[in-house]
Amino acid sequence: MTENAQRHLLAVSDLDRAQAERVLGTAKAFQEVARRPVKKVPTLRGKTVVNLFYEASTRTRTSFELAGKRLSADVVNVGGSSSSVSKGETLSDTVRTLDAMHPDIIIVRHSASGAAKYVAERTRASIINAGDGLHQHPTQALLDAFTIQEKKGSVEGLTVAICGDILHSRVARSNAELLPMLGAKVRLAGPPTLLPRNAEVLGCEIHDRLEPALEGADVVMMLRIQRERLGGAFFPTLREYSRVYGLNQKRLSLAKSDAIVMHPGPLNRGVEISDDVADGPRSVILDQVEAGVAVRMAVLYLCANEPDGETPGS
Amino acid sequence: MRVALDPDAVTRGLRRVAGEIVERHRGATNLVIVGVRRGGVLVAEPLTRFLEDLEGHAIPKGSVDITLYRDDAATALPNPKIGPSAIPGSIDDKTVVLVDDVMYTGRTIRAALDALLDYGRPSRIELCTLVDRGGRELPIQPDYVVRKIEVGPDERVDVVQTEGGLSALVQSKNAPSVPPPPVKS
Repeated sequence: MTENAQRHLLAVSDLDRAQAERVLGTAKAFQEVARRPVKKVPTLRGKTVVNLFYEASTRTRTSFELAGKRLSADVVNVGGSSSSVSKGETLSDTVRTLDAMHPDIIIVRHSASGAAKYVAERTRASIINAGDGLHQHPTQALLDAFTIQEKKGSVEGLTVAICGDILHSRVARSNAELLPMLGAKVRLAGPPTLLPRNAEVLGCEIHDRLEPALEGADVVMMLRIQRERLGGAFFPTLREYSRVYGLNQKRLSLAKSDAIVMHPGPLNRGVEISDDVADGPRSVILDQVEAGVAVRMAVLYLCANEPDGETPGS
Repeated sequence: MRVALDPDAVTRGLRRVAGEIVERHRGATNLVIVGVRRGGVLVAEPLTRFLEDLEGHAIPKGSVDITLYRDDAATALPNPKIGPSAIPGSIDDKTVVLVDDVMYTGRTIRAALDALLDYGRPSRIELCTLVDRGGRELPIQPDYVVRKIEVGPDERVDVVQTEGGLSALVQSKNAPSVPPPPVKS
């Protein structure tokens, strides 16, 4: 989180390793809150959080909403057909309108890359990026790192294979920055048409087939084939994609015997992941969802804290 | 710096408090001891041991972290460290003895009470503190105190783990603080 009066989380690059680890450590404490009989703490009482979602979302929106509510913040959801967005209001006008209502934190999801930064420049609130186009989805990367840490003890020294539609994936981009920062080795694998050009600048190994990427991996992260972003002809058919790039038991057996399988959701069952793998004992997909609430509580909490406050005595 | 309580005084004081607790409750069968992280956990540990010595059975002991319940939670701490709370089993209908190291403004205890009540509905909560230094800002008073001392506003009381046990030290407010040792949760 940047150390100015407004604390934003726009991209993984806003964090250094110590700050990323602080988010994960704070999330650990919040995980305990979700397992209590009373799943609420008064920490952000009186703070207003706006969920501004221009793209469909179940888990990210719900998990940010629950995260805010469990911290006792007032959470408002804006977006979709019920808002002025459907009347053609520009993003800039919507943000200035919301800003006039003095929200403390705005969580932004938008199909345009850079939307979160654009919003951050037009409001006094702290901005959390919940996915902007093909660019970044930092809280997803943080919850993935948290899940890996919970299951494997540490991210340090692990080999993580991220497979599928790398080109359109903000999840892959965010993880390709965060996981190496935390000491993991990342391999990116997908069809050549779905690998970003100049992918090597990410500092990851690149493979155009699944098998070499899976070989000896500790973590296998499958990405969703994003049919909504696939205008062009990136591969012949879903069936062929599944045959060559889908994760099934046979391919999974190339990874380490204790490898875990992750997926940011929603699943295209039978396309990028087979049913028996998605529901199998090595799948941690629902653990990722659980981690999502704790990690987003941590991010909200750290963004809402004003850095210039004095530390009081006992 | 002056020593308000040396390890022997702490041990004698906590033994006396353990006696007062079992006398008041005619035993310790319904008790749960909860230390306020992190300083109170250091005090809860020997207190629970003395209670167990007196009564001859195990007594559930836990800890509560108040960071999220502070009245200044959203403004005060630039780099807050939140620790996990660990409440042993249900506290419904139990007598909870909340333990802290130094009682000052009362705000910590106010937060600890809120935190505790989110875990259940104890039949009773009592408060034990090693040092009461006065200076209350809220109407909260301890039930059991090892020592009440006068401390100036420019001074601070630290409870630290020293050789031979816990000590309570009074020092200048600006003296470098000794961080308490890590607490097992």
